[in-house]
Amino acid sequence: MADTAIPCAEGPIRSMELAIIIALDVLNGAASLVLLCLGLAVIFGMMRIINLAHGEFVMLGAYATVISANAGVNIWIAMLVVAPVFVGIVGIIVERCLIRFLYGRLVDTMLATWGLSLFIIGLVTTVYGNTIKGVPTPLGGFSIGAYRSSYYTLFLVAMALLLLALIYAVLRYTRFGLISRATMQNPGMAAALGISPSRVYMATFGIGAAITGLAGGLLAPVSGVVPTMGAAYVAKAFITVVGGGSAIIAGTASASMLFGFINQIGAYFTTPVFGEVTLFLSAIILIRLLPQGISGRFFKRNL
Amino acid sequence: MPAVVRGALNLAALALAVIVLVALPDLVEVFDLMQITLFAAMGVLALSLGFIWGFGGILSFGQTAFFGIGGYTYAVAAINLGDSTGAIALAICVPAIVAGMIGYFAFYGRISDVYLGVITLTVTLILFDAVNSTAGDEYRIGKAALGGFNGMPSVPTFNLPGDPSTVLDPTQGWYATGGALIVVYGLLRLILGSRFGRIAVAVRENEVRASLLGYDPRIIRLAVFVIGGAIAGLGGALYTNWGAFVSPTIFSLSLSAEIIIWITVGGLGTLIGPVIGCFLIQYLTSQIGSQQTFNSNLILGAILIAFVLLLPKGLIPTLRDLVMKAARALPRRGTAIEASEKLVGAK
Repeated sequence: MADTAIPCAEGPIRSMELAIIIALDVLNGAASLVLLCLGLAVIFGMMRIINLAHGEFVMLGAYATVISANAGVNIWIAMLVVAPVFVGIVGIIVERCLIRFLYGRLVDTMLATWGLSLFIIGLVTTVYGNTIKGVPTPLGGFSIGAYRSSYYTLFLVAMALLLLALIYAVLRYTRFGLISRATMQNPGMAAALGISPSRVYMATFGIGAAITGLAGGLLAPVSGVVPTMGAAYVAKAFITVVGGGSAIIAGTASASMLFGFINQIGAYFTTPVFGEVTLFLSAIILIRLLPQGISGRFFKRNL
Repeated sequence: MPAVVRGALNLAALALAVIVLVALPDLVEVFDLMQITLFAAMGVLALSLGFIWGFGGILSFGQTAFFGIGGYTYAVAAINLGDSTGAIALAICVPAIVAGMIGYFAFYGRISDVYLGVITLTVTLILFDAVNSTAGDEYRIGKAALGGFNGMPSVPTFNLPGDPSTVLDPTQGWYATGGALIVVYGLLRLILGSRFGRIAVAVRENEVRASLLGYDPRIIRLAVFVIGGAIAGLGGALYTNWGAFVSPTIFSLSLSAEIIIWITVGGLGTLIGPVIGCFLIQYLTSQIGSQQTFNSNLILGAILIAFVLLLPKGLIPTLRDLVMKAARALPRRGTAIEASEKLVGAK
C-alpha cells in the first residue's frame, strides 16, 4: 500500500516489474491481515469469544513499541518483545477481571469488550493526548526497475508466515496445545482429567492478546499511532475471522489471502477507498455463500 | 400484572408524555429545548434498534446504516423538492427498502447471530467509505451535491405540510420531533400487542418451535427488520432536520456503539428502556463534553462494562422487577397464617 505503482506500458520488462510490485502489494496486504487477525482468531476459534477490544489491543501494542523505542529501547526489542509482553499482561488482566464472568454469553462478551474498547481509547487519550506518534520504519528500501519497495514489507510477510507456523506447531505438537484443544472441545472432560479450564482460558486469552500486541508493534512503523487507530482494524479483523470460520490457521490464512488479494487489486484498479469497499462487498457475498466461513466448508478437520 | 392495570398504566404514560410534549417549551430555555429535541430524534433511533433487537432478537451492529440513509435521503429530497413532507416520507421508505434487501439477503440465506452482525456492520462501513468519497462535483443527485466528507450543509428544515414557505421554528420543531417519538412508541406498542407482534416474539424465543407451529421465521424476521429500518430512517430525517446538516459521521461506528449502549443501559426487551437509556447517556455525554477532567469514551466504556457485569438486564427491567417484588410482598405480610401456610407448603 505504501507504493504508488503507476500503470504504464513500455514493453515487457516494465510490465514484469509492475507485476512483481503488485504481487508484493498483495502479499503485503495479506500478511498485514494475517498479523491483525491471528490474535482475534485464536480467541474466537478456541474460546468462541469475539473480542471487540481487539483494535485497542493493536493500539496498545503500537503505543508500547513507540513509547519504549522513543525512550531508547532498541526498535526490534520494542517491537518483538515489549509490545507482546505488555499486551499479553493486559490481556490476562482483562480475562481475570472481565471476560471470565461472561463465558458462554456471546453477545454479552461482545458488549463488554466493546465497552472495554471505549474505555481503553479514553484512558490512552487521557494519558497521552490525541496526537499522532510514530517511529521511523527500520530496514531500507530497494527498487525493482522504476518502482520502489521496502525490505520492511518483506519482513512483515516473513513474520506473518512465521507466526502461522509457530501457532500451528504449538497447537499441534506441544502438550500445552493438546491440553488447550481438549479444553475447548470439552471443558468438563478436561476438568475431570485434572486440568483447570479456567487457567487454560486465561492462558489462551493472554496468548491471543500477546499476538495482537505483536501485530500492533509490527504495524507501528507503517501506520499513524493514535488512540483511535483500533477502529480501523477491528472491523476488518472481525470480518476476516468470521469469513475464515472457526479453523484458526487454515481459516485465517485463507480468508486473509482472499481479502488481501481483493483489497489490493481493487485498490489498484480504482482507489484505495473502493478497494476497501470491494473487500467489504466480497465479505458479504462470502458469508452469504459460506455461512460457516471458508474453513467451515473446505478445511473442516484442520486447525 | 393484570391486563387492565397494564393498559391503564400505558394510557397514563401516554398522557404524561403528551403533557410533557406540550408543556416543555414553556418550562425550559430555547437552547435546552434544542438539546432535548436532538435527544428525541436519537430516541427514535434507539426505539428502532430496541424493537428489532429486543423483540425480534436481531442484533444489528449497523442500525446507523438506515439512520444515515434516512438522513441523506431527507437531505437530498428536501433540497430537490423544496418541501419537507415528501422528503420525510421518502426518508422512511428508502431505508425500509434497503432494509428489505439486506434482510432478504440475510434471513433467506439463513444467516444468523454473529454473521448477521458482521453483515450489518459491513454495510455501514461500505456506506461510510462510499459517501466519504463523494466529494467531487460530479456526485450530485438533482440539485443536491453530496459533498463527501464535508457533508451537506444548509439542508431545508421541516415546514408545515404542503406549505414550503412556512418553516417550523424551534418550538414547532420540538413538537414535530417529540411527537414523532411518541407516535413511533405508540405504533410499536400496537404492533407488539397485535398477532404479528406475538409471533415475532415467539420467533425470537424459539425459532424452531415457531416454524413447527406453521410460521415462517424468515418472513417474520424480515418484517421486523424492515420496520426497524423505516423507524431508523425517520430518526435520520429528524436528526438532519435538527442540525440542517448531514455528514458521513452519521454512519460512524461510534454511533452504532452508542445505540447499543443506550439499550443495554435502559433495558433490552422493553420499549421505554432504550428511550430512557438514550436520554440518560446523551445527557451524560453532553455534560462530560462541557468539562475537561474525564474523557467521554472512558466514562461510556466504564458504564457499558458495569452494566454488562452488574446489571445485565438494564435499568427498566431491574426497576420493574423490584416494584413487582415489593407489590407481591405487601399483601403477603398482612396475614401471618397465609405466610406460615406458604412456609409449610414450601417444605
